[in-house]
Amino acid sequence: MIEKVILDQQTVLPSEVLAKIDKHIAKFPPEHKRSAMIGALTVVQHFNKGYLTVALMDAVADYLDMPEIAVYEVASFYSMFETEEVGENSISVCTNVSCMLRGADAILHHIENRLGIQVGQSTEDGKFYLKQEEECLAACCNAPMMQINHEYYENLTPEKVDEILDQFK
Amino acid sequence: MTDDIITIEIDGRTLQARKGQTVIQVADEAGIHIPRFCYHKKLSVAANCRMCLVEMEKAPKPVAACATPVMAGMKIKTRSEQAREAQKGVMEFLLINHPLDCPICDQGGECELQDLALGYGKDVSRFTEAKRVVFDEDIGPLVSTDMTRCIHCTRCVRFGEEIAGLRELGATGRGENMRIGTYVKKAMASELSGNVIDVCPVGALNNKPYRFSARTWELSQHAVISPHDCVGSNFYLHTLRGKVQRAVPRENEAINETWLADRDRFSCHGIYSEQRIAQPQLKERGKWRKVSWDEAIEVTVERLQSVIASRGSETIGALISPSATLEEHYLFQCLLRGIGSSNIDHRLQQCDFSHDETMPVAPWLGMDLNAVENLQAVLIVGGNPRKDQPLLGHRLRKAALRGAAIMYVNHRAYDLNHLAEQYLAATCDDLVIQLAAIAKALMQKTNRAVPDALQGLLEQVEVDEQQKTIAENLHKADRALVLIGSQASLSPLYSYIVALSHCIASLASVSFGTIHIGANATGACLAGALPHRKVAGTADEQPGLSAHKMLQSARRAYLLFNVEPELEAWDTATAHRAMHEAEAIIAISNFASPTMREYADILLPLASFAETDGTYINAEGRWQSFTAAAKIQDDAQPGWKILRLLADRLNVSDLAFNSAAAISKVLREQCRNVVLNNTVANIKLPQHDFSAHNRRLQRIADIPIYSTDAVVRRSLPLQQTIDGMEADKASIHPQTAAEYKLETSEYVSVTQNGNTIEFSLQLNEAIPEGCIWIGLGVPGTEALGPAFGDIEVSAS
Ligand code: SF4
Ligand code: FES
Ligand code: FES
Repeated sequence: MIEKVILDQQTVLPSEVLAKIDKHIAKFPPEHKRSAMIGALTVVQHFNKGYLTVALMDAVADYLDMPEIAVYEVASFYSMFETEEVGENSISVCTNVSCMLRGADAILHHIENRLGIQVGQSTEDGKFYLKQEEECLAACCNAPMMQINHEYYENLTPEKVDEILDQFK
Repeated sequence: MTDDIITIEIDGRTLQARKGQTVIQVADEAGIHIPRFCYHKKLSVAANCRMCLVEMEKAPKPVAACATPVMAGMKIKTRSEQAREAQKGVMEFLLINHPLDCPICDQGGECELQDLALGYGKDVSRFTEAKRVVFDEDIGPLVSTDMTRCIHCTRCVRFGEEIAGLRELGATGRGENMRIGTYVKKAMASELSGNVIDVCPVGALNNKPYRFSARTWELSQHAVISPHDCVGSNFYLHTLRGKVQRAVPRENEAINETWLADRDRFSCHGIYSEQRIAQPQLKERGKWRKVSWDEAIEVTVERLQSVIASRGSETIGALISPSATLEEHYLFQCLLRGIGSSNIDHRLQQCDFSHDETMPVAPWLGMDLNAVENLQAVLIVGGNPRKDQPLLGHRLRKAALRGAAIMYVNHRAYDLNHLAEQYLAATCDDLVIQLAAIAKALMQKTNRAVPDALQGLLEQVEVDEQQKTIAENLHKADRALVLIGSQASLSPLYSYIVALSHCIASLASVSFGTIHIGANATGACLAGALPHRKVAGTADEQPGLSAHKMLQSARRAYLLFNVEPELEAWDTATAHRAMHEAEAIIAISNFASPTMREYADILLPLASFAETDGTYINAEGRWQSFTAAAKIQDDAQPGWKILRLLADRLNVSDLAFNSAAAISKVLREQCRNVVLNNTVANIKLPQHDFSAHNRRLQRIADIPIYSTDAVVRRSLPLQQTIDGMEADKASIHPQTAAEYKLETSEYVSVTQNGNTIEFSLQLNEAIPEGCIWIGLGVPGTEALGPAFGDIEVSAS
């Protein structure tokens, strides 16, 4: 006769995404579920082909039991999260000191020419996004370098860049 | 305890401090001012503004006073050269991006940044680069934003998380791009949202309805008491040339702490509604004529006397708002009893009065407000203090955060801001049966007897696990409370709710509290604004009719005191009809709606809560008197003066008081032996068959937060909030909607007592199946019937 209220939560995240988030959650004590937020947002951003939407962030908030605004705060703070629609594959070319000395500018120009876009833009077909990278990406020993979808590609030359980008066709 | 006390030195003064305190707390207690922006005594320490830097002996650099715990023997200098240098440096940084637009800023004159800039700022800025600009967001009708002024102290963010329990504002972005906002541009939904106006040290978050209406230094400040709920929050009304401009909280740690509910803060914007009655008026052949007070009183007296002469005084009914002042309640009932009628009531929303004779002298919370936050278990029956009495809700939330088990038994689920268990009852029978089962669980646990009147019912019910849990939670707690909320009295089985709640509290040996809607229900009872009781609870030998009865068995004449029975009565349609059919309706009122103008015959303009002297007794039984804050509008008169005048002309003696204070003095004297006590002894319960199962669709109701009284209903800013806009929707569970083929309709036609009204429809899982929720007190519901009962629906 007595019913407990269970408010139905609408989930927009598919189960394979949730399974990946669960792996991040498992790394922390249960009462610190919220610590999995960065991991969860990364999973969701890759799932959504490169960027987060408010609905997706709300779903993460819901899944981690936190206020929605707290997720917006984190997603808007870290530069590796995109909160606007961008191209599917995110390229970050490091132009910090070590890379700069080893020819990063030429690499960047080469990519700009090849894709026909400038830093901060996405290609028309939505395949690539050339991200403005702000800091050293911590692979100086193998400079120049870039990240594509948060994976490292090092000791770059224009030819090597072409080879790599071809794989994303 | 003495081990906890240590000695520190601030600015050469030796001070005692408790371990765990911070330097700024000790300095504040000693009256030593340390500049600050992000520190707020009711919020957690963020230490992000750095304005409170002070010199600490043996420390290599200045420390933040708000985040530095005291240590024995520590020596602090707040005004040394090092400290001043640091404070000035921080100020210069803070002003880099601040627009310095004080001349067009409402905060000017009461701005913490402005004040401190005067003391710590430079007269010339060295910053020549472009300042950042932040676009404003619309965060609802109550709080205006000028986010370029924000200094990122995060007080508003912490307020949302820690006090409102609803994190709505946040700091998004990073560095230069960081901004405070909702990110998704939504209106704030908290019932305490207005407090961010006060916590914001600059002019970034301000009072929206008040925007640009005055400069702070032109305002005069008057202390008043909340006229909307039984917490009795203390606040100030600020007036300009006698007109109310805005409300701000007045700190009272025992009651509202430093906070104020939005209803108290923004209701004043309803006072000057177009529907305000400016002058006494008479209706003659369907037309309203403005008249002098003398004429109005003369005609009122004539009308009443002719009804008394032809039909007898018991054909006069009198209804008074539970938010009228104590003095008004007292004179009102004296006047009515003086002319021979005891048909006096302030409980318009109630329909079951069967336990009147055995009810306690006056309802009360059963404890002090600040004791609520130390409770370990609370069972709330019929109500949602978060919205009904927001600052009582705040105390409950504090208890919940400290681990208390908070349990609700209601006809619908509410959006809560703390952990709790909510148990739903679709029908009134159901709710009573649940309470009975809880009582039975306790009876079995404690082996104690229950009152005779309840034995039969308890035998019928079966106890399940959840009811056992509730019983167990109450039983094992050292400090617990069973609280009848202010929505419970809407139930047609209210007497059962009272009897069972009392029984549960006594079986579990815990405190028992009852609260009612309105600011002064406790005062109304003590003053005798009841059909069966006179002042201080003395029985009336010739009891009159209760509110519901006097509307049901229509009276010849009604005297209305600041009520709108067609909205506030339990059965609005019956009330509406009674108003129309009566020979004479005399309304002493702040406002007259078009509906009231149709049925009323005489309108006597009443001074608003801001314009009168008076006293309210809050749920703790605390008497709080206040004096008029604003000039009376036009030709209105304070209630006590109108009633005194009427009493004089109707030859009712002993009411010739010269001030509100004189009236409350007399009352205090008469009530000096009253000890508030909620014990219900020998309760009489009406016969009711709990085995019958009604399968028809039921209406359930409560009084929404911004529908409680006439002035709140007329405060546009409150009506435009999310809560305000939800109030006039009919809500139904999606399953039930499907059953009645409503799942795709935006509107629904609702029929009660043969009257059909259209509502916009909301599918809501908070409503139990088999019910439709329609609020009470909501304009547009005049033609509807009882708050609880059969109802028909169809898509429209
Ligand atoms: S809006 Fe006001 S309270 Fe909120 S962070 Fe900015 S300055 Fe502080
Ligand atoms: S500078 Fe490019 S990786 Fe460090
Ligand atoms: S008040 Fe201490 S850092 Fe802000």
